[in-house]
Parts: sequence; C-alpha cells; structure tokens
Amino acid sequence: MNIRRFPMTRGISLLVLTYLYVPVVVLVGYSFNANRTATVWSHVSLDWYGRILVNPSIQAAAKNSLVLALCAATAATAIALLAALATSQAFPRRRAVEAVLNMPLILPEIVVAVATLMLFVALGVQLGLGAMILAHTAFCIPFAYLPIRARLEGMNQSYGEAAQDLYANRFRSFRRVTLPLLWPGIMAGFTLAFVTSLDDFLTSFFLSGPGTTTLPVYIFSSIKAGITPEINAISTVMLVISVLLVSLSFILGRLRR
Amino acid sequence: MTDSSVVSITAVSKSFGRGTAAIRVLEDVSVEIGRREFFTLLGPSGCGKTTLLRLIAGFETADQGRIAIEGQDVTQTPPYHRPVNTVFQSYALFPHLTVEQNVGFALEEQRLPADKIRTRVGEALEMVRMQSFARRRPAELSGGQQQRVALARALAPRPKVLLLDEPLSALDLKLRKEMQIELKLLQAEAGITFLFVTHDQEEALTLSDRVAVMQGGRILQIGAPHDIYEAPTHRFVADFIGDINLIEAEALPGNTLQLAGGATLSVPHDARGKVTLAIRPERARIAAAGAGHLQARVVHTAYLGTALLHKLALADGGTFLLRQSNLDASPLAMGSSVGVSLPAENLRVLVQ
Repeated sequence: MNIRRFPMTRGISLLVLTYLYVPVVVLVGYSFNANRTATVWSHVSLDWYGRILVNPSIQAAAKNSLVLALCAATAATAIALLAALATSQAFPRRRAVEAVLNMPLILPEIVVAVATLMLFVALGVQLGLGAMILAHTAFCIPFAYLPIRARLEGMNQSYGEAAQDLYANRFRSFRRVTLPLLWPGIMAGFTLAFVTSLDDFLTSFFLSGPGTTTLPVYIFSSIKAGITPEINAISTVMLVISVLLVSLSFILGRLRR
Repeated sequence: MTDSSVVSITAVSKSFGRGTAAIRVLEDVSVEIGRREFFTLLGPSGCGKTTLLRLIAGFETADQGRIAIEGQDVTQTPPYHRPVNTVFQSYALFPHLTVEQNVGFALEEQRLPADKIRTRVGEALEMVRMQSFARRRPAELSGGQQQRVALARALAPRPKVLLLDEPLSALDLKLRKEMQIELKLLQAEAGITFLFVTHDQEEALTLSDRVAVMQGGRILQIGAPHDIYEAPTHRFVADFIGDINLIEAEALPGNTLQLAGGATLSVPHDARGKVTLAIRPERARIAAAGAGHLQARVVHTAYLGTALLHKLALADGGTFLLRQSNLDASPLAMGSSVGVSLPAENLRVLVQ
C-alpha cells in the first residue's frame, strides 16, 4: 500500500508536526519580541539578542558549556573509537560488552546523576567543571560510539589486511587506511557527543559547583525568577547550534559511503 | 626443499574455533611451488584453498607445520614482513586514495625515494594499461579496471609470489576470458610466481602450469592440467573436473575387470575388489547395438556446436555421457539403442 494515497495522510502529518513544533516556533518567535513581558507581543526587535551578548553571567555560562562539551566530547570520542575498534573483532560476550557500552542511553539520567553526585561527594571529588567533564564523558560515549561503529561495520574488512599485505605494520595500517576511512564516522560521533553534552541539564545541575553554571542550568535558574524574553533568545541560539551540529553529524555519517 | 621452489609448505594443519566446536580446515598439507610457476589451488568452496592462501599471505597462522618462502621460514612472520602480495577477491582498493596512491602504497611503506616510487608506479600502471587513470579514485572505475589496478598494486613491490584469491569471480564471462589471457601474459612479463585460487575448473586448466585439487582440507592430486584431466587419481578429482562417467566394477585377478552387467574388460591394474572406472565422454566409442561393453538407449542429445553430447540410459540403470564429433557421418537418433565400448587405454581405474 502506498501510504501517500491514504486520504488522511497529509492532514494527520500536519497535525503531528504542529503538535511537535508549535512550542519551539512560539519560543523562537517571542525571542524577537520587543516587549519586556515574554508573553505579550508588541513589535519585532533584536534587543534581547544584544542583551545576551553583553550579559556577563550568560557569557560565563556559555563558556563553561563550550569547554565542558568540548572536553567531554573529545574524551568520549577517543574512548568510543577504541571501543568500536575492539568490538569490530569477534570475541566471546561481544554483544554483552556492546550492551554495557550503550547502557547510558537507557538508564534514567536522574538516577545516574544522583548516584554520581553521591559517589563524588563520598570520594571527596570537588564539584564543578572537572566533575561535570567526568560525568558527561561517561554518558556521551554511546553517542560517539554508534556512528563510529556503523562506519566500521560498513567498511570492507579486507582494507586492513590489504594494508598489511602492502608492508604497513598494524600502526601504519591504522594511520594510513583505517583512520582516514573512519574519519567521517569519528567526526559524526564527536558532533553528536558534543550536542548531547551541550544540551544536558540534569547531570550538570547536580554536579555544578559555585561559578560553574552551564547554559541549561542558567536558563533553569533564570526561569525561577520569571520568564524573560532573554531566555527565549538564549534558547533560540542553543536550538540553532544543536540543529546545525546534528545536521552536520548526519551529513558526515553519510559521506563517501 | 628443492633449490627451485619459491614457496614450500610442509605438513601444515589449521583449525578454526576451539575445543569441540573446532573445525579442521587444513589437514597435513604439503606442497612445493616452483619459480615462475603459475600454480592453482582448485576446489569447491570450503575445501581450504583460501585458507591455504591466507596462511601464505600471513593473515592466518598455521597450527602445525612450516611455511617457507625462498628458503626463509615465515611460519610466524606477520604479513607486512613477507615478500608476497595479494590480489583480493574484493580487490580491497583503498577508496580514499587515487589509483597511483594505491599502487604506490607498498613502495612508500618500503621507504623508496619519491622519484623511484613514481617510476615504479608508472611501470606497474603501464603493465596493466591503466596509466591514463592514475589520478582517478577506485569508485570511478569499472570492475575490470579496478581489477587491473589491484594487479598493478600487488605487482609494483615486485613480490616473490603473487597471491590471487579468486580475482576473476566478480567479472562477467566475457571480461573474465579476456582477463585470463592477460593474467597469463602478465605473469610471463613480470616473471613472478603466481599462486591462484579458484573454484572454476576450466579457469584452472586454462591458466595453470600445475594444479592442486583440494577437498575437505587436503590436497588430493597435484599435476599439470593434462594429467589432472586425463589421469585423475581420485574419484573426486575425476568428478570435479569436466564431465566424466563413473562405472562400478569388480577387479579380478589377471588384469581383468568385471562390469555390473557382466561384461569383462582387460585392463592392466593392481587393484582388488570394488573399483570405479572413469572415462571421459569423448573417450568412449559408439558400437552397434548388442556389441561393446555396455548397452544403452539415447534419451537426450545436446548440440554443442562442434560436437553432440548424448545422454544415454544404461540397460542396468544409471546414465552415461557420450560425446560424438560433428564430423561423424551418422549421428545417433533419439530413442535408438546403442552399444558403448570402453577402450582400455582410455579407462582410469580408481580405487575406493
């Protein structure tokens, strides 16, 4: 059956899309609203975008978020790359290892966040950026792992053998053949991990120390003091960055297949 | 090991898997491959031919036995230290590198100076007539062109042995025939030992100086194509290569064989008890009905252009293939009764 011929397809699709995206569209729309009260429309203005550019606490939060996402995504990608290489070989209990690697996708984040907080406190780890990087790295691993693994899966197994047959030792073969072929997958994984860390609220909220607020945590705490159009503007910026990065990751993942 | 052998394999065994799940893939295989020889490993899939090739390339390690190349024991040597190169079934051309980068890959690993690499890459591409494609990427080439580049890449470092793992199986029939001739010419030009793996008996007979027929992890027979075809030593070899008739018989003393139908033949043999007689369809002779060693009826005739291939139903059951030249004045008619005589000099007596 051709689903396009189904009489209600267009109507239902529009309804679902509206349901999904109306809140986001409203938020983005109101970020261009000149009125101080976030819910009353007066006229179009870029004032709030100007405001967030000069607000020092937003800048500090943005910087923390970027440093955190960069460090966590880098570490997670490195670990994920090694894991993907290891799990591309057959060994006993490989499926179990893969399941454990992807566990953070399923575990309730609140539980992991609370558990991490308790562990860090018990161990005397100081809360703040360092603690957040450790925790973010852990839950970013599957996001980096999956695209790299998919790339490896689609790769001809004999490339590595061919390189070794042509006198490249294991390291040279990895550097000259496996790594270049894997690169789009690695970048896609890094980007996904980066976005995941950038958007995270729960873990950051529990582990942020004084002065190490991230953007999502800042947005949450500002909202407690009342919704301002400033929040709409920051949220829109984050939305745009996330969409761009995820699109980039998607494109990289499909590159030169 | 003799002086002229380039590859020397001695009592090699290999299993995959462990414990009770282990599968024996090679069983006590020994073979010597000579200098400048075109040597073919022939057998059905799962016979161990590819595993033997991979052992020589170094992608697998033998459980037992010894592999030597040019007198050097390489049994434990990793692939990147062995003076052999492989043409893979899938070609395995590096998709991110151009044709010339692919061909120069091994030369760069050998740390040759840049100008020397350029010359050698040029020579290798010229050998396979792919010079004008040097800057292309593998994805921009046809299957036949990729095949040539794979050959050039494996020949450029001038290996002692070129290993070819069913390299023609991905090509269509016409291209495959062309490449067979080219491979043969290329081998003569390069003066390198070729070790070729295939399941295609016709390809093996056409190309090879010598063929090793493999089954179930063992080499059954090694010989020139003519010997393998005309004088098979095993029932499997006889059956695997070309069309052949296998007839059960009883070996009696005094160089006599008795067929199931009662007819006797005088053939020199030293067997006792049950034997199998093998005869090619073109080696049996047509006799008048009632004469000859076997009585049969023509049930089907296939026109082959140069010949007719008759399928005969034997009087005591079973079928017999008989090839009749087109030059023969009186072709057999469908349904007619016919006698078949088995010239002693054309019969092979196979024990087991």
